[in-house]
Amino acid sequence: MTAVMNQLTEPEGSPTTAYPIEAIRAEFPILATQVYGKPLVYLDNGATTHKPQCVIDCISQFYSKEYGTVRRGVYALSEGATEAFQNTREAVATFLNAPSSDEIIFTRGSTEAINLVAHSFGHTYLNPGDEILISAMEHHANIVPWQQIAKLKGATIKVIPMDSNGVLDMSAYASLLSPKTKLVAVNHVSNALGTINPVAEMIKQAHAVGAAVLVDGAQSTPHITVDVQALDADFYCFSGHKVYAPTGVGVLFGKRTLLEAMVPYQTGGDMIDQVSFDGTTFTDIPHKFEAGTPAIAQVVGLGEALRYLTRIGLPAIAQHEADLLAYATERMQTIDGLRIIGTAPHKASLISFVVDGAHPLDIGTLLDHEGVAIRTGHHCAQPVMRHFDVSATARVSFGMYNTRSEIDAFVQALQKVLTLLR
Amino acid sequence: MPTIPDQQAAIVTQFNALPDWDARYKYIIDLGKQLPSLPDADKNDDNIVRGCQSQVWMVASEDGGKVYFKADSDALIVRGLVALILQVYSGQPPEAILANPPEFINQIDMGKHLSMQRSNGLAAMVKQIQMYALGYKVKLAQQP
Repeated sequence: MTAVMNQLTEPEGSPTTAYPIEAIRAEFPILATQVYGKPLVYLDNGATTHKPQCVIDCISQFYSKEYGTVRRGVYALSEGATEAFQNTREAVATFLNAPSSDEIIFTRGSTEAINLVAHSFGHTYLNPGDEILISAMEHHANIVPWQQIAKLKGATIKVIPMDSNGVLDMSAYASLLSPKTKLVAVNHVSNALGTINPVAEMIKQAHAVGAAVLVDGAQSTPHITVDVQALDADFYCFSGHKVYAPTGVGVLFGKRTLLEAMVPYQTGGDMIDQVSFDGTTFTDIPHKFEAGTPAIAQVVGLGEALRYLTRIGLPAIAQHEADLLAYATERMQTIDGLRIIGTAPHKASLISFVVDGAHPLDIGTLLDHEGVAIRTGHHCAQPVMRHFDVSATARVSFGMYNTRSEIDAFVQALQKVLTLLR
Repeated sequence: MPTIPDQQAAIVTQFNALPDWDARYKYIIDLGKQLPSLPDADKNDDNIVRGCQSQVWMVASEDGGKVYFKADSDALIVRGLVALILQVYSGQPPEAILANPPEFINQIDMGKHLSMQRSNGLAAMVKQIQMYALGYKVKLAQQP
């Protein structure tokens, strides 16, 4: 056990240290469970990730001994909770390398963060005839809010196309950008294809025409070190539950000047300066965008999850997952009739696939029976499915705790399942 | 022709005699493979019953006071389940269809999968069968 603890406290997962996979797996109690009498092989990390014991304990401890409301009470519990809450804001700012924790807004998740920007940026900056660029590989959460605000404001949506590998067409992007472009919304990593998009370059080009950029980081933050200042991102969002933190909390980073100029998204308690029946003035960022009592314990849990990720080190996690991606890609390509959807040269650890003569739903249902949890369906990205002329795919997505032997178990189970189905 | 309750009881007996889940799935998959395909012309948007992850196409007809169904799906396990539902309901009088919900689905030991009806469109299919039955019941009542 001492050895395990020592491994866990090694700084930043230095390359000289072997990746402490056994210690990491031991930290996630759910990985020891069985499904239908078989060991769980959890390969749906793109949908949601499991929680390490330290996060579970943190929440339990917080509710048992430290819980109180934030930014309201004058008593010790409230002051302690407010401090823990604010500590997470600082931890998130550090995680994203944001200039200030004032630029970190807590939301319910990436979806709410995007809705916030669509509403608040849209109502502040969009005019009839303006254009919003989104990519052809967006999740519905990064399509529908823009359609709604565009309809309200008389703006137009333009789509950045992609090729047959699932790589964005950068020359088409360059020609779509114009002074009419007010905002570009793009994911850092595609949830349906795994493609890592060249967001730094895209942001640079957008800024050259005066457009702001929102990066949906829901699929990148679990795998890639993000530096919002190096990217020069105007908005960057992610979901807690995909970075080993609780559900119900997400993050929006926004540049101070933009956030200060934008109208609030939701209004109510804790976001006001003065309220009378004649009118209301709003408080400063970030609280202007955090109406009502927030998800206090979830935010505190997010802080713990980010500390855990930092302890293991995202570079070490990325290296481990890159190995899993390469290994799984190689193993899966040996399966007769299997086609990988999304073959970009730069991918996060996620593989979408279809198999001749087997429907993804059948594959997913039967794999579950073998203890293997994968995602099937359109992945909330129906335009991506149409681009590749499929109605659905199966998807495996790897996290920090997955192993090569789990990939072996998955491939073996897949072969068994396909024998039944074909 | 056995009644709907008889058909349902027969399916439950047959399923629960199978030794394990593997055997039950294999049985459903075999039923799916054996179900005759609908002609492509019938797989149109008018006949579609949309599930979240797979779709079912279904056509209905009436003959001598009984309602006949044919159906198909793009997913094999769903085809097997479709075959079971057709076995229960096709060729039955509309009143009997309306009076007998598909209780066998909850009585065969297939765990959660068969109740995952949002994904596979089965709940929508059963509802559609009941709608057809209601339509034919009204139509038959109006005939002299």
